[in-house]
Amino acid sequence: MIIRVLGGGCRSCEALLEAAKEAVKAKGTDAAVEYITDYEKIMEYGVMSMPALMIDDRIVSAGRVLKAEEIEKLLP
Amino acid sequence: MWDFIQYQILVMKWMEELIGDGLAALGLDISTRIGGSIHFFIYDVTKITILLCVLIFVISYIQSFFPPERSRGIMTRFHGVTANIAGALLGTVTPFCSCSSIPIFMGFTRAGLPLGVTFSFLISSPMVDLGSMVLLSGVFGFKVAAAYVVLGLVIAVAGGTIIEHLHMEDQVAGFIRNGRNTALIETVKPTVRERLAYSAEQVIVTFRKVFPYILAGVAIGAVIHNWIPDSWIENILGGGNPFGVVLATLIGIPMYADIFGTIPVAEALLSKGALLGTILAFMMAVTALSLPSMMMLKKAIKAKLLGTFIAICTAGIIIIGYAFNLLQNYFQ
Repeated sequence: MIIRVLGGGCRSCEALLEAAKEAVKAKGTDAAVEYITDYEKIMEYGVMSMPALMIDDRIVSAGRVLKAEEIEKLLP
Repeated sequence: MWDFIQYQILVMKWMEELIGDGLAALGLDISTRIGGSIHFFIYDVTKITILLCVLIFVISYIQSFFPPERSRGIMTRFHGVTANIAGALLGTVTPFCSCSSIPIFMGFTRAGLPLGVTFSFLISSPMVDLGSMVLLSGVFGFKVAAAYVVLGLVIAVAGGTIIEHLHMEDQVAGFIRNGRNTALIETVKPTVRERLAYSAEQVIVTFRKVFPYILAGVAIGAVIHNWIPDSWIENILGGGNPFGVVLATLIGIPMYADIFGTIPVAEALLSKGALLGTILAFMMAVTALSLPSMMMLKKAIKAKLLGTFIAICTAGIIIIGYAFNLLQNYFQ
């Protein structure tokens, strides 16, 4: 499983990245967490509201800083 | 009826009296300078905090219906000036943080939205928002608030239209223009519960972010209110200085503060004899043009367009300032 955090590098984007890492740890799943700041890629994924969270090929949240517990619930 | 809403609910006159009585009971004479400053400080911080929390909640709820992805879809349905008006209006209700501005710019441009429409959106977004409208009613009254919003939208529509006619498309960085237009993801529609949770979260996040500005703003306001002589303010920002509006705008542009922080300063200056238009120009300059957002835009557009954007906003704000000063008597 790949978890991608999409963002422009601001504080909220980094907070979401931390939360995602925390969620993966808490859940104990084997997932890679990637931080995507390349706008071209972000466009390809079809979102404009940063920060966004992607699990595998699906955008699960955009424009919000989710808490680690919320992300945990979204993980399969 | 309107007076009741304005003075008791929005301005919270009852609270001013209550805090005054409380301080008097503690043995503080609020007619002295120090006592008056403390009174103003406690009352204003409490009032603005209550207004902020209620407002952010309601506004976030409304905003949860207009993610940028959806606003883009709405805008592409309009053409000509109507599209600029749609852009300006949606700019006021679409929530986004500064790091979303480049993806938004790319998404709008590649969907074929004219540059002017994108700029109408970008100009109105920081300047006119629902929060400032209600907060302004609480401090300056409904008529002023409504006029502020309408004029802010006028600047956004006019500014976007001018940029459109200058044909500066080549001034937009290549990486924004060149590239495929991708369909945007339709995120699942949130439930009422999720919207409420989102709004509550926004209240907490915004409060944490803005509270230092409120404290600083009210502290400056309290100092102005009780320590600075009226004649100074009148000479610099009042009828005594024909260039007051220009001065206030130029000072306001490099400053960056939240509207919630600028209002107590504005309120205090106004009570000391500054002209309304001068004060509003200052507030618009502080909120509409700020260094962090300029830095962000700099990555997306070239110097000439950035300069045009700043010039249009500055000119618009100055014109509005003088207009309000001329019409001051009508508003008070």
